[in-house]
Amino acid sequence: MTMNPDLVAPSREPRQGDVSALDTDRNPGHAEAPVPTVVHPGLTGPIKIKAEDVSVFYGQKQALFDVSLDIADKAVTAFIGPSGCGKSTFLRCINRMNDTIPSARVVGKITIDGQDITDRSIDPVLLRARVGMVFQKPNPFPKSIFENVAYGPKIHGLTANKTELADRVEHSLKRAGLWKEVADRLESPGTGLSGGQQQRLVIARAIAVEPEVILMDEPCSALDPIATARIEELIDELREEYCIVIVTHSMAQAARVSQRTAFFHLGQLIEVGPTEDIFQNPRERRTLDYITGRFG
Amino acid sequence: MTDAALPPAVAPARPATAAIQKRLKARYAREKRFRAYGLIAIGIAVLFLAVLLGSIVKQGYSAFYTHAVTAEVYLDPAVIDASNPGGANYDQLIASQQLAELGVADDERGTRSTAMRALFSPDAGFGLRERVIEDPSLIGQTIEFTAPIGDDADLYFKDDISRDTPQAQRRLSDEQLAWLDRMEQSGAVTSGFNSDFFTRGDSTQPELAGVLGAVIGSALMLLVTGLLAIPIGVGAAVYLEEFARKNRITAFIEVNINNLAAVPSIVYGLLGLAVFINWMHLPRASPLVGGLVLALMSLPTIIIATRSALKAVPPSIREAALAMGASRTQSVFHHVLPLAMPGVMTGAILAMAHALGETAPLLLIGMVSFTPGIPEGLTSPSGALPVLVYIWENASERAFHERTAAAILVLLAFMIVMNLVAIVLRRRFERRW
Repeated sequence: MTMNPDLVAPSREPRQGDVSALDTDRNPGHAEAPVPTVVHPGLTGPIKIKAEDVSVFYGQKQALFDVSLDIADKAVTAFIGPSGCGKSTFLRCINRMNDTIPSARVVGKITIDGQDITDRSIDPVLLRARVGMVFQKPNPFPKSIFENVAYGPKIHGLTANKTELADRVEHSLKRAGLWKEVADRLESPGTGLSGGQQQRLVIARAIAVEPEVILMDEPCSALDPIATARIEELIDELREEYCIVIVTHSMAQAARVSQRTAFFHLGQLIEVGPTEDIFQNPRERRTLDYITGRFG
Repeated sequence: MTDAALPPAVAPARPATAAIQKRLKARYAREKRFRAYGLIAIGIAVLFLAVLLGSIVKQGYSAFYTHAVTAEVYLDPAVIDASNPGGANYDQLIASQQLAELGVADDERGTRSTAMRALFSPDAGFGLRERVIEDPSLIGQTIEFTAPIGDDADLYFKDDISRDTPQAQRRLSDEQLAWLDRMEQSGAVTSGFNSDFFTRGDSTQPELAGVLGAVIGSALMLLVTGLLAIPIGVGAAVYLEEFARKNRITAFIEVNINNLAAVPSIVYGLLGLAVFINWMHLPRASPLVGGLVLALMSLPTIIIATRSALKAVPPSIREAALAMGASRTQSVFHHVLPLAMPGVMTGAILAMAHALGETAPLLLIGMVSFTPGIPEGLTSPSGALPVLVYIWENASERAFHERTAAAILVLLAFMIVMNLVAIVLRRRFERRW
């Protein structure tokens, strides 16, 4: 397993929680060990992200309880579950967005390509360049469409000159299926687009820095069905290149876009497996109750 | 005629509908009443403003024009020594010739010529003297000279001194008034724009007193205030709001900033006197010290306004920037602060406008003293517009009364210009969307 040298950098944002005590008995090369199929069924490809006993506390309140989960590369993994079940909390651990909440404390270990990203030495800024995120509400910057997409490459210094930058912006917008709609108005404000377009703009912004993982936190909950369908198509296309993790309230959406589904309830990971199995043949009673609409 | 057989189009109202309808009337009435209260409130506010401005304009407009007497002056070689043209008494020369023109003989003690001299501004003699020094060949000739008149005579022409007032209670005697009447009848008296008011510094003579020194003093002071208070205030607010840990120390600082915003301005004046003048030995009554004191006073306002503007930026923008891999500093300076800029500018404008009108702290740092010149720099003694208003209002000469109102108008105009500039700047700072 190769360590990405980019990720090992002095941390500017020290983590609140200390995991060293919990990690003493763990083997750093653990990610290479064969995956026990009983715990992590439905893996369709090589493991990209591996979470071990991740718990999250907001002050005194524990929001996530010992979640262990493997996430495959070049596939879509969906997190489902009722509101407040911890699925978004877990998602935000993967790019360490929880660091920005002063009261949040993350315990446990998450590795990407075998590298522990919860480690103090990992710079969250670098991590977030590798792990892109799309939020529930489209949040383009109040700048032009071009500036929105160019922002990531600019701050990370990914392009040498203006032509390269323009090429990258065009490529990202094309990849997000937005190019045709905005090609002639790149200088108009990103906030002037429709909700669905804004969400695709945000996706273009995320892929402009060439991340390895894209996290999506209910990306379609503010969109109409047509815009939703457009985003779902896009997710399906992007799956070939990226490891995508999507949190959704819509079970139909999870069934449509994901290959693997994890069901969370009350801060616990109840069940994870191939999407078909979860929806047609769940092992757990609670999963069945949830997908049949008996609670949630 | 099947229609006739149909039940009435309006179905009998449900009891709930009837109750709602009944209440609806009261609800609309309440709304109407509230709007009326609002209109009344605005009306009263506008009325007060109009009365205030109206009375200031009414008192002050007369200061913007002044009178002068144009007369033939014989530059008598017997009075003006050609070898020393600066040594002659030009005031007396003008006065005695005016008396002669009116056919009034001076008495032995020169009482009448003294009375005549009092009608002219001291500047009349200086003006004539300068002209002769510039061109000594004029001695012996008769030239036409426009002599500015004194403040009391000016007030008489502005109908501010009435003959109905007993002679003992006014500054001009019946005789002097008669002379002025005759001068006016002869067409020698002209009125014109009072340019001295805008081109001179303060003076003990009302007709020579102007606002320029105070305007420049105020402008220099605001420059110092703006350059110090805005960057420091915004910087402090950004740090406190975006970077500082939320703990007891920051809570303590926050409470103190809020308290400082409520500290009476005169306390800042005392602080400035103690620290900047007595301890740091900066020059008294200088725009530098004034600006420093006003900057201290403005800081809490700017910090509070900036913090609330930063708080109002939606967290989704911060999250978006952080999730893109922007550092804290980048997310603040690329996204949060630009979005908060209009709010920051509004706070800065308010603070600066407040600073411009502030008087009490400036009195304490020595600006209440008489400063006749026009300040040359940040360290030279200077006046300030609001202090000038205070000084003139307390002056005993009647002509300062109208000038006080005029100075208030200048202060208001200064403020309007400053706010307009700030609004234009704010527009430019604002994103296009």
